[in-house]
Amino acid sequence: MQQASNSERGGNGSSPSPAVEELESVVIRFAGDSGDGIQLTGGEFTRAAALDGNDIATYPDYPAEIRAPAGSLAGVSGFQLQFASSKVFTAGDAPDVLVAMNPAALKTNLSALEPGGMLLVDEGAFKAKNLELAGYEQNPLEDGSLANYRVVSADFSKQVSAALQRSGLSTKEIQRTRNFFALGLLFWLYQRPVKPEIDSIRRRFGRRPEIADANVKVFEIGYQFGETTELFQARYHVSAAKLEEGHYRNVTGNEATALGIVAAGRLADRPVYYASYPITPASDILHHLAGMTRYGVTAFQAEDEIAAVTSAIGASFGGAIAVTGTSGPGFILKQEGIGLAVTTELPLVVINVQRAGPSTGMPTKPEQADLLQALHGRNGESPVAVIAPTTPVDCFDTMIEAVRLATQHMCPVMVLSDGALANGSEPWLLPAIEGLEPIRIEYRSDPEGFAPYLRDPDTLARPWALPGTSGLEHRIGGLEKEDVTGNVSYDPENHEHMVRMRQAKIDRIARRLPPAEVFGDEAGQLLLVGWGGTFGALREATRTLRSEGCAVSHLQLRYLNPLQSNVGEILSAFDQVLVAELNCGQLCSILRDRFLVDAKRLNKVRGQPLYIREIVEAARSLLPRGTVRELRV
Amino acid sequence: MSPEASAGLTRRDFVSDQAIRWCPGCGDYAILAQMQKVMPELGIQREKIVFISGIGCASRFPYYMNTYGFHTIHGRAPAVATGLKLARPDLSVWVVTGDGDALSIGGNHLIHTLRRNLDLKILLFNNRVYGLTKGQFSPTALRGMRTKSSPEGTVARPFHTLSLALGAEATFVARTVDTEIQHLQEMIRRMAAHKGTALLEIYQNCPVFNDGAFEDLKDRKIKSDHLLVLEQGQTLRYGAEQDRVIKLNPKHMCLFPGRADEDDEGVEVVHDERAVDPTLATLLARCEGPEFPTPIGVLRAIEEPTFEERSMAQVEAQRRRLGDGQLSELLFSGDRWDVDQ
Repeated sequence: MQQASNSERGGNGSSPSPAVEELESVVIRFAGDSGDGIQLTGGEFTRAAALDGNDIATYPDYPAEIRAPAGSLAGVSGFQLQFASSKVFTAGDAPDVLVAMNPAALKTNLSALEPGGMLLVDEGAFKAKNLELAGYEQNPLEDGSLANYRVVSADFSKQVSAALQRSGLSTKEIQRTRNFFALGLLFWLYQRPVKPEIDSIRRRFGRRPEIADANVKVFEIGYQFGETTELFQARYHVSAAKLEEGHYRNVTGNEATALGIVAAGRLADRPVYYASYPITPASDILHHLAGMTRYGVTAFQAEDEIAAVTSAIGASFGGAIAVTGTSGPGFILKQEGIGLAVTTELPLVVINVQRAGPSTGMPTKPEQADLLQALHGRNGESPVAVIAPTTPVDCFDTMIEAVRLATQHMCPVMVLSDGALANGSEPWLLPAIEGLEPIRIEYRSDPEGFAPYLRDPDTLARPWALPGTSGLEHRIGGLEKEDVTGNVSYDPENHEHMVRMRQAKIDRIARRLPPAEVFGDEAGQLLLVGWGGTFGALREATRTLRSEGCAVSHLQLRYLNPLQSNVGEILSAFDQVLVAELNCGQLCSILRDRFLVDAKRLNKVRGQPLYIREIVEAARSLLPRGTVRELRV
Repeated sequence: MSPEASAGLTRRDFVSDQAIRWCPGCGDYAILAQMQKVMPELGIQREKIVFISGIGCASRFPYYMNTYGFHTIHGRAPAVATGLKLARPDLSVWVVTGDGDALSIGGNHLIHTLRRNLDLKILLFNNRVYGLTKGQFSPTALRGMRTKSSPEGTVARPFHTLSLALGAEATFVARTVDTEIQHLQEMIRRMAAHKGTALLEIYQNCPVFNDGAFEDLKDRKIKSDHLLVLEQGQTLRYGAEQDRVIKLNPKHMCLFPGRADEDDEGVEVVHDERAVDPTLATLLARCEGPEFPTPIGVLRAIEEPTFEERSMAQVEAQRRRLGDGQLSELLFSGDRWDVDQ
């Protein structure tokens, strides 16, 4: 929320500059055509905020179409970020500032802007054709329909045309710099240093110096426009957040996932094999890893999802740390392969960057509707471990944990990320490498007493015996095997024994998991429960409710299978349990079934993240009357 | 691998302790026996050898070889083998598959595996029928074949396996017949010697669901008229007297069966398995009875760097350019800032 905490810090000396207001946090949403460079603009502003020490969270929201017709509603791409001088958990429910590069962007995003919010528009793009494409009968900049907002309207298009008329660039190329005008203006508005941004633009467009020059120039005139225009009553400042001491970088969930995979390989001192087939929103993991071969990673773009998972199983048979990544429609194709890894008891990590389904669904929109598929989406009794990262940064630790579980328990581990985590970013306090716990992997080498399914008495894991090891020659496969010997068996008692053995092996993982931790009190009126990427919204909602005096606590599950052993105990300590998920109640069903708890559901399936206010409202409706103080709005 | 590595190994060392469960008279027995016979000659340490199969009668093969083995899922053996070979280039990886496994459910993996050219050996047992599911038509079933799932006869035309392989840019393409024991052994040796993906199609009789499918190629009395044994540098002669010949009609770019001493529109061509251009190999791959004899032998064997060699070269180049990757350097890359209290 854009709230002025105190007003001070006068202008920087140049007299027309308005006063500077200090703000605790700001949410900006950039919106424009897919080809307008919205993600780039948002990313650059994020970088500047991060380098200035703000805490940040971002949420890119873009269409699946690469370049839908210019000016159309379908082609609108968005990027929202929250930056603050205090800890932030999400990219914000609603923007304080909406930057609309054309009428379609205004139309699709205006409902998100609170009354009184700032609307920054390129009036040059509000021409008849664009208005018609967006379905406006009248120009909203002129018909009074925006009276409830603080509209700052300027003709970016005209400004950039004038500035670049002698640049030698085409009209199209000139118009494509408009986003840097907006960026320059925002740099002025939020007092960001100009020099590092200019350096960044030059680095980014280094191969095309004429484009770099044009973008820098437009960025500068955008900044100067702020300086000279009298459209703004104030400039704003958001101080550095009090973050923990250390080295930081900004990281997206997919980037952290890729880095976590590399780190796991290094911590285990084993080669990594990553196989994938291009799919939104998981492809970035493949892109990152494809450039990291010198870190001991083999990144393989397979011919299809099935080859990605089965080649990973082959690599695992050979002793590599094998990982495959995908999204929902690819995850379902991998399930037969995952079943093979279950029965051959080979380590395998499968990442599902969940997106809205069913079928192709909404490829760029987040959802959490693949939990039951991860748990049960295979033929036969086919138990696997399932874990879910809670924040973009947590993707790093989650991947290390996934590799640790898979290799120590000789089983497949599903990692359920989602589209919002994958593309969202936040500052990352870089870990000390030497502080990361090594992953101990032992391959079997001694032929004495070897049998392919002879189990570790503690974990029940079978030995990892690699081809190339003399004396351990053996055969494995998808047919049911006799325990210990691994020979094909149709014996009824053996089958039941093996079904229960595979389950027990997964259940025993719980023994080594840390206990689940509750945020807030360990008992109370209401426990909010979530899993994976809804962490930020649930944590912030809990803080809000607690600050109002409500006896609300929060439990975010990172381990979905097996559950940590104290989960039942935690649930039973609260009068009510509300399970919030981006699906129709999958975790809630599991908890009700497992613990006979009368958990309530908060479900959202709109292809959007959970919003804090939605959780707060749902929680309030469950709390007994009199315990909720009305919020002063 | 030095020949000494497997010194002392015999056929018996490659026989596993598992009871074989193929039907009596199945062609698979002969193939298994020849494989177990040839393996000790190849100079490969036994523990370095891995057999990977999919699903189908043929795919039980790994259980009977006393090497490492992986009986995977339907159609996916080439993909599993690809991952294993990429992770472990030191291993000798053999894929055993069938016509349904490789050409129907696993068709995509097969063509892409051939295209990439990893150092893998693929034995494709072709009996033109689904055996393990009790007799449905396969993608190589001849048109009109009556089966439980095609009571009026199949409608679609069959794949020409080797033509498909050549179209997929395979670097080694060969064919043999399960009963041609010496030839089968020689083909196994040849594919072992090839550096790259080697595909060997083995015509294999299913005595239960498609008995006699290759009878013309097996009957001692007539087989010389039906088998064209390809030899490097030789013309395409066949027949008991070697007087029959496959000629090329250059005007129409097609092959036709003729006589050596006949004056016709054709010219005799010399078989060159090392020809980079796959045209003649493709024409041969499409020859079939009753008009043509069935070519067996190596249709194509060209030398090209393998996928893993090309990949390793890229990795080495990246290492030379940027140095060995250090994790801390990777994590600390990009725009960074420090927070001091």
